[in-house]
This record gives sequence, structure tokens and C-alpha cells, in this order.
Amino acid sequence: MTAVLPSRPAGERPTGGRLIDQFEYGLDAPICLTWELTYACNLACAHCLSSSGRRDPRELSTAEAEAVIDELHRMQVFYVNVGGGEPTVRPDFWHLLDYAIGHDVGVKFSTNGVKLDRARAEQLARTDYVDVQISLDGATAEVNDRVRGTGSYATAVRALENLAEAGMKDFKVSVVVTRENVSQLDEFRALTDRYGAQLRITRLRPSGRGADVWDELHPTQAQQRELYSWLLANGEEVLTGDSFFHLSAYGEALPGLNLCGAGRVVCLIDPVGDVYACPFAIHEQFLAGNVRDGGGFQRVWQQSDLFQDLRSPQTGGACTRCAHFDACRGGCMAAKFFTGLPLDGPDPECVQGYGESALAARDADLVTPRSHLDHSHKGPVRGQPTLLGMPSIPRVAPAKMCDESPLAGLELR
Amino acid sequence: MRGVLIDTPVAAPAEQVREAGAALLPGSVAAAPAPIADFDPSLPWRRARSVALRPEPFGALVYHFGNRKLSFLKSKTLVRVVETLADHPTASATLAACEVPEAQRPAYLKALADLARSQMIERREPSA
Repeated sequence: MTAVLPSRPAGERPTGGRLIDQFEYGLDAPICLTWELTYACNLACAHCLSSSGRRDPRELSTAEAEAVIDELHRMQVFYVNVGGGEPTVRPDFWHLLDYAIGHDVGVKFSTNGVKLDRARAEQLARTDYVDVQISLDGATAEVNDRVRGTGSYATAVRALENLAEAGMKDFKVSVVVTRENVSQLDEFRALTDRYGAQLRITRLRPSGRGADVWDELHPTQAQQRELYSWLLANGEEVLTGDSFFHLSAYGEALPGLNLCGAGRVVCLIDPVGDVYACPFAIHEQFLAGNVRDGGGFQRVWQQSDLFQDLRSPQTGGACTRCAHFDACRGGCMAAKFFTGLPLDGPDPECVQGYGESALAARDADLVTPRSHLDHSHKGPVRGQPTLLGMPSIPRVAPAKMCDESPLAGLELR
Repeated sequence: MRGVLIDTPVAAPAEQVREAGAALLPGSVAAAPAPIADFDPSLPWRRARSVALRPEPFGALVYHFGNRKLSFLKSKTLVRVVETLADHPTASATLAACEVPEAQRPAYLKALADLARSQMIERREPSA
């Protein structure tokens, strides 16, 4: 499992020094963690980082999810980022939300807005200690719906309207920055301002279905430069999940945590209880254990071999000899891994251009790693994204009659 | 810009993080405008009642349940200082009781002033 990690000497944690250096050695509990509650989703976004769609039958039960919350409470994890899939399609979502808040575990959840009608919006506005993030990947329906699916812009905007009307404060609009929407950052600001919301932008990773569209959607070098300038000018009012730290190698460090926090200060719990180093690393190589194992989440966090290995500074590899290493720390582990690059080399989007050279130097027959999990919908989904073209009609016989497209076999002339 | 995976920004400049011992990471959600507490070390203080300390190998993570700010105490001595503020008549007396070396006191006072500003510690009434 750990062969993938560059060899790192198991060093002693230094005393004093910068906080970032302490973080490299890990914390006793995560600062926060991401918890995907379900792989089920009503959408089929082209770039879904967790290849979500269908519910996994092994999903944690309500009682098991409560036990995880109890444990986070004991470990003093003060808030979790809840996602999916679409977390609100879990029938016990609202119960788990209240349960977490009742146990001093604050919840920030990401949703496409499908369940946020007026009544839910009012409920959320009344609830302290909860944050809502509405996902939107275009400031216009045209740009958004191409990757998230027809009608998804309207759904998100309706949710924003409901939240604003209900008097909800400080809710977020969460945007994955792509080649197609990077020019809309000011429009996103205007849109969020209109609803009294806050803008959050994060980096597109080649994780899950994101690997299929990364070549087409990740910002170009010129766009990265623009994004960097925009962040320096607007960054104080925009949340980023610290996900653009690779841009710090342009010169001025971006505010925030400029380091890969995977397995050190953050991690992911997936819907079946598997614990991965980070939300963008759903792959066996980064699987540290399961909350159902003896010792639960705490044991995985504190004792798993994988997380122990991640908790030391990188000392070798090409990047450590680069003048900008202290700024970007080699970039995003998941982005390297899923593009088939060595983990101690440059990030594929390295702003100094080393990533592009590394991508070009890959073996022609290199097969990039794929996750062992794929919960994507198997049949066509209503309004599915057009980015990848129209859904094809399967050539194999359908497993069930209702899986078949009513247009199958119809010859259109 | 605000962070994360951790949507909690480092507001304090890096140098301050380095020197002061307390790195302030204000939370992602703006609290109601709070009065800026002037930190006077000759007054009695305590860890704010809505604040929890989580022990970490280098010190502690500090969390404010009210304004959701996150902060870090970078030394175990500073943790002891914050935890025992309420046991001593003044903040300065707390530093003395925790045997903070004279040379380091200005840095500790600055860290406490930062913590007061972010409402992690609060004034208390002098004990009778």
C-alpha cells in the first residue's frame, strides 16, 4: 500500500518553528475532515471527484453514522465538511445534521440544492452551527449545465433564492474552477453578492470522473496566471479550501495553508466508512482503514501505516531542488497520482512549467491509475451533461426492461 | 483568502505566526462585530467560556464555538498559561507562575493579546 509514497525518513517532530512544519508531522485529530455520506446523486456531473451516482448498499447505517459522530466529538473534531454524492438524498440526512450539531460537531455541507425548498431553507436559517454550500460550476446556465447537467443551474439558483429569502446568513456558492468558467469569476462574485452569499472556489482535480475530463477542463497556464492575479486581488473575501497553493510558486504566497494536508490535518470518510488520505484520493493506494474496524476512526487516524508515512516532510525528489519548493511544497498529491506522475515530482499544473514537461515525458503506453470504485449511473440520467456528447445507446441487452432506452433500436432518418 | 479543505484563513502574517506562538486562523463565518478587547496583562483573564482547547503534540488547537474561529497555541507552556489564567489574579502573574522566562514574556504577552482580540480569552471579574 505504501510503496507509492516517496521514501521519507521517519524524522523527529521539531520543537517550535513554523506551524506549517508542525502540520507536516500530523495532528492528533484532523482540523476538519470531509465525510461523503452517500454515493447516491440525482446528477451525473462530468467531473465528479467521487464518481457518484448510485447508492452503495454497504453505506453506513444511521446508527453507524451516529457512532462516527460520537467519535469525532470525543476526538474534538470541531467541524466536518459533509458531501457525497448528494448528501441530502439520504433519508436520515436531517437527523444526522441535528445529531452532529448536538454533539459539538459543526457541519458544512455541499449540495446541488435539489432538496432545499422553502421549508428546508427556513429550517437551516434557524439552525446555528451549520453552513451550506451550493455547488455551481458556471455563472450562467449555459456554462454550468454543460458539466453539471441540464436544469442544474436552475435548481441551484432556486436553492439560493430560498436560502436568501429565509434569511440564512453566510451560505456559500462553491465553484470548481475550469477552463470554461475561469473567465466568469467576477460574474460569480456578482451572483453571490446578489444573494448575500460568499464565494468559494476550488481546484479541479483529475479524481473520479474528473480524470476523464481533466485534459479538456483544467485551466490553461495562461488562465492559471489570471486566476492567481484574481486571487491576490480578491482573495480575502473568497474561500478556497486552500486548494490553490500550487499557485504560490508564482511568487507571492497565497494566504492560507500552503501544504498538502492529506492524512496530516485532513482526510476523507467515504459512504461505506473507508478512510482515505483526502477527498481527492479515492484509490486503494490512499485507503488507510475503515471506521467499522476495531478502534474505529481514531485508530485509523492515529495509527494507520499510510497516515504515519504521510506525516513527514518530503526530503527527496526533483521538486525539493526547485527554488519554489517552499512556496508550493510540490503541489497536490492526488493531481500527480491520477495523471500518472511521480509523487515526489512536480504537480501536473506546476506554474513553473515542470508539470507540462513531466506530462509530456510520460510513457506513451502509461496507463494512469483508476479508482477501484465507480458508482456512476449506469443508464442515461435526465438532463445529463452534454460535455461528453449525447448518451450512447448501449449495444448489450439491458439487464432490466426499465433500463432500456425507449429509443433503442429506433432508426431516425 | 480563506482556506481548507480548511476554510479557515491564516489572518496573521507569517512572521506573527512564527514569533508569537499563537497563529490565528479566523473562522470562515464572520461573527457579529465584536468589541476589540484591549489586552491589559495587569487584569484578570480566563479562557473564554465558549472556547475549547484540544491538545496537540506541539501545543493545542483552540476553537471558539461562538464565532467558529480556529487558532493554534504553539507551545505547551502557552497552553498551560491559557488554561491557568483563571487561577491567577492577573495575566502577568500567570506568566510568572508558569515560569515563562523573562526574555520570552513580550512574545507571550503578544500571543495573549492576539488571543484576546479573537475572543479566545476574556476578561473576568476579580475573584473576591
